[in-house]
Amino acid sequence: MIAIENVSKTFTLHNQGAAVIKVMQDAQLHVEPGECVALTGASGAGKSTLMRMIYGNYLAASGRIFVGDTDVAQADPRQILDLRRHTLGYVSQFLRVVPRVPTLNVVADPLLSTGTTEAEALQTAGDLLARLNIPERLWMLSPTTFSGGEQQRVNIARGFAYPYPALLLDEPTASLDATNRDTVLTLIEEAKARGAAILGIFHDTAARDRICDRVVDVTCFTPGAQSVPA
Amino acid sequence: MTPLLQVENIAKFYGPRIGCTDVTFDLYPGEVMGIVGESGSGKSTLLNCLAGHLPPDRGAVKFDTRTDGLRDTVTMSEPERRMLGRTDWAFVHQHARDGLRMNVSAGGNVGERLMAVGARHYGDIRSTATDWLGRVEIDADRIDDRPTAFSGGMQQRLQIARNLVTGPRLVFMDEPTGGLDVSVQARLLDLLRGLVREMGLSAIIVTHDLAVVRLLADRLMVMKSGHVVENGLTDQVLDDPQHAYTQLLVSSVLQV
Repeated sequence: MIAIENVSKTFTLHNQGAAVIKVMQDAQLHVEPGECVALTGASGAGKSTLMRMIYGNYLAASGRIFVGDTDVAQADPRQILDLRRHTLGYVSQFLRVVPRVPTLNVVADPLLSTGTTEAEALQTAGDLLARLNIPERLWMLSPTTFSGGEQQRVNIARGFAYPYPALLLDEPTASLDATNRDTVLTLIEEAKARGAAILGIFHDTAARDRICDRVVDVTCFTPGAQSVPA
Repeated sequence: MTPLLQVENIAKFYGPRIGCTDVTFDLYPGEVMGIVGESGSGKSTLLNCLAGHLPPDRGAVKFDTRTDGLRDTVTMSEPERRMLGRTDWAFVHQHARDGLRMNVSAGGNVGERLMAVGARHYGDIRSTATDWLGRVEIDADRIDDRPTAFSGGMQQRLQIARNLVTGPRLVFMDEPTGGLDVSVQARLLDLLRGLVREMGLSAIIVTHDLAVVRLLADRLMVMKSGHVVENGLTDQVLDDPQHAYTQLLVSSVLQV
């Protein structure tokens, strides 16, 4: 479902002496449907960079990144938008929403944009929020004022509202208490069971052992070289 | 799917100076494109060329018309272009007073566009106007007030209602949230996003507010000195900018 071939990434900082930072070289990775793969490596090794390249958020310098039949490294914005709507979900560590939109609508949003009826979308959103222990009295409020853990759970509910065939999870269990952590892991297991290909970053080793089939260390994709032209 | 708008090599010069040049892109139905850049970078010149307010010196702006398919709006006759301007196109000005009739009631402002496309039944016009005032969160009992009696944010929402009442397929917006306080701006953003989804609108939004484009636009075009220096998916351009100018632009945003 997700296939990465010979991917490299460099950042060129034009306003800081045109420093060229090579962050990744020859990355190779496959995730099959129903499989959960964890990315590991020290902070700064390029875990999030790789996830962002798969999501089309960062441009790959070379190589191919297939999600389904789409090569994200070559696709038009329109194709990537379509991929994100129907195929590829992403749960980031940060919640980014239009201010003043109620939490229930924030979670229902991915369903509404794929043509689900409003009643059905709000129903699914409500079910997910209830499972993740967001009290119903908060549903009509904007999540921008919520606590860190609550925002994290709203973000997860939003990521799991639509049954994406491929999912990227960036530390989904960080800042959660034991009960909610367990709910999130169950959600991930359910997604695996329906055949979703999942790629995630989990610093929580117990969680990683429970749900991940394989571990890929991104350190082996690091070029380790940094050059600043004179 | 065919593009709704195909822009090919648009250029506009002010004497020896460049307004904008070599602008080429396709816009598909339901897509929202943002254009950002500093003042004087040619954003508004480009928008005005696209919307038929300024004749470009070069290039074509092809629009997928309902009846005849793709037509170059630069070379079509003035009456045809005006017809588009009051049916399938809408233009939201930065200053609401440029897009409203300030001496006509709020209801009249909305109703005028309906009458321009043939609506004649006063009762129907008034009820459609009331419905639209509601959608942009203006109380129905303000329908007979003139826009001069409205606050800046209300005027801007009234301008949006006036523009969208005829169900356009393409909306041009020039700094639609500029000059509004942030709480009004947030409400307007939410409103615009909802309308884009419900009506399947395509939109081209000129702004210098990167936070606004991140939330509203699917795609982003960055302009500098009349040239497009970068273009792509909004979050990709903002999170992994490739051009020196875009990197400067993104790194200059103040964090709240």
